[in-house]
Amino acid sequence: MAPEEIREVIIEILGDIAPDEDLGSLDDAVAFREQLELDSMDFLDIVMELRKRYRVQIPEDEYVQLASMRSTVDYLTPKMSEVAK
Amino acid sequence: MAEAYDTLIIGAGMSGLAAGIRLAYFDQRVGILERHKTIGGLNSFYRAGGRDYDVGLHAVTNFTPKGAKKGPLSRLLRQLRFQWEDFALAPQQQSRIAFPGVNLAFSNDIRLLESEIARCFPHQVAAFANLRSQVLDYDDLDQSAFEISTRKVLGQIFSDPLLIEMLLCPLMWYGNARVHDMDWGQFCIMFRSIFLEGFARPMRGVRLILKHLVKKFRSLGGQLLLRHGVKQIVSEHGRAVGVILDDGREIQAKRILSSAGWVETQRMMGEVDEVGNESAGQLTFIETITTLNCQPAKLGLSDTIVFYNDSDRFDWRPPQHDLCDLRTGVVCSPNNYLYDDNEQLQDGIIRITSIANFDRWSSLAEADYRREKLVWYDRSSDSAVRFVPEFRHHAIDTDMFTPKTIQRFTWHDNGAVYGAPQKRLDGRTQLENVYVCGTDQGFVGIVGAIISGISIANQYCLK
Repeated sequence: MAPEEIREVIIEILGDIAPDEDLGSLDDAVAFREQLELDSMDFLDIVMELRKRYRVQIPEDEYVQLASMRSTVDYLTPKMSEVAK
Repeated sequence: MAEAYDTLIIGAGMSGLAAGIRLAYFDQRVGILERHKTIGGLNSFYRAGGRDYDVGLHAVTNFTPKGAKKGPLSRLLRQLRFQWEDFALAPQQQSRIAFPGVNLAFSNDIRLLESEIARCFPHQVAAFANLRSQVLDYDDLDQSAFEISTRKVLGQIFSDPLLIEMLLCPLMWYGNARVHDMDWGQFCIMFRSIFLEGFARPMRGVRLILKHLVKKFRSLGGQLLLRHGVKQIVSEHGRAVGVILDDGREIQAKRILSSAGWVETQRMMGEVDEVGNESAGQLTFIETITTLNCQPAKLGLSDTIVFYNDSDRFDWRPPQHDLCDLRTGVVCSPNNYLYDDNEQLQDGIIRITSIANFDRWSSLAEADYRREKLVWYDRSSDSAVRFVPEFRHHAIDTDMFTPKTIQRFTWHDNGAVYGAPQKRLDGRTQLENVYVCGTDQGFVGIVGAIISGISIANQYCLK
């Protein structure tokens, strides 16, 4: 999966977790937490959805990599390069 | 042992079903074991004489309107992948705390309560603002502050003891497992859920929420096993390996999440004698349900819920010398919610709840039990009509449940509605893979119970 596809996957997951959020104006450089009403339970869900949908394992001490869209895509790109969309 | 599950959940109430949804959604093999023939636990429903009845809470607390992104309700909807519309919550009209000569009205808008305090307790306005900010500052995750005495905190904030008693009355009624005093953590949770968020109800009652939960759980592959009571949790070397059912069958599991209650779960683990339940909760209730041939508003009762107390002191404890204590009570009418399109329940309904003594109710012989139910139906109605209009001449049907009923269908010791006084916020037990959720973990009410199931499942069963 290419970085742009990974971004789409994350947007899709965020849409399921927080259906009332406006994701169209998301700034990739800014932390999710500062733009969306996401709490720690929601962050766990991003991790769990990636595992459920694409079998990507993210260790607990690396959850911090998922702070913003940019850091998430950067972090996932090597992990998901072999994963088909 | 046959049938291995990733997680076995004991109890198909709000918390067990919510936990089950989370785990099944993330592809675990999950079984929910429920001893009763139906779901719901402490928040259940039944049908009798052609009419639908709710048991348990009078209202869903923690109500926030559609679009609200904060608060427990929006959190649970997101976590369980429900739409706001699924629960079809209609907000309350207005409720009231009624003490002799003083009434404080409140609604889902805190400004009403503020103005009522300004009207009845003009010197306590600043103190109430102070309380409100302390409640907002309370950190849910701080275990050390949870058990501080609420009466002590309120005594430092307010100079008028009557206002303290009036504020404690509804918050204790809707979720305090302790006698007389209340944990500060519980008080803050209840204050937010009732005064800052609010009351609501689906027109079809609690069954609508339960049916959504079950439908989702099953659609995700979860197995709901009714009439499957757990007799024993089997452990080896500090780990649970499975359970033995009432009928002797065994089921294996990698971990167990119990919503049966702390003492009740301890007993399944062989840690408590059959009678050794000193740490179980004591607070339990009778409730009368009267069906009317008209809407309660026609009789002058348009409050959603009235919390009454007949003296300046609110005494929250089980009665020692009688079957019930009628000095305080709650009157609730499910008609008095703002349902969509001004729709209304066909019959008028008035529910009256009073504090009761479990031991006295459960030790009555059958004939005495039936007679006492009639006696206390009248007495609790007599007590309530000091604070709400008389309604009995419009009654077309009545029903009633007692602590004995609650214990019989929920298997909670003493029929305790709010569980044990000592909460287990971390949800852990002495076995490394057995956890508790629900009332004894610390969250009460429908939303609280669901959040409890979700958070314990997330914390221990998913990662």
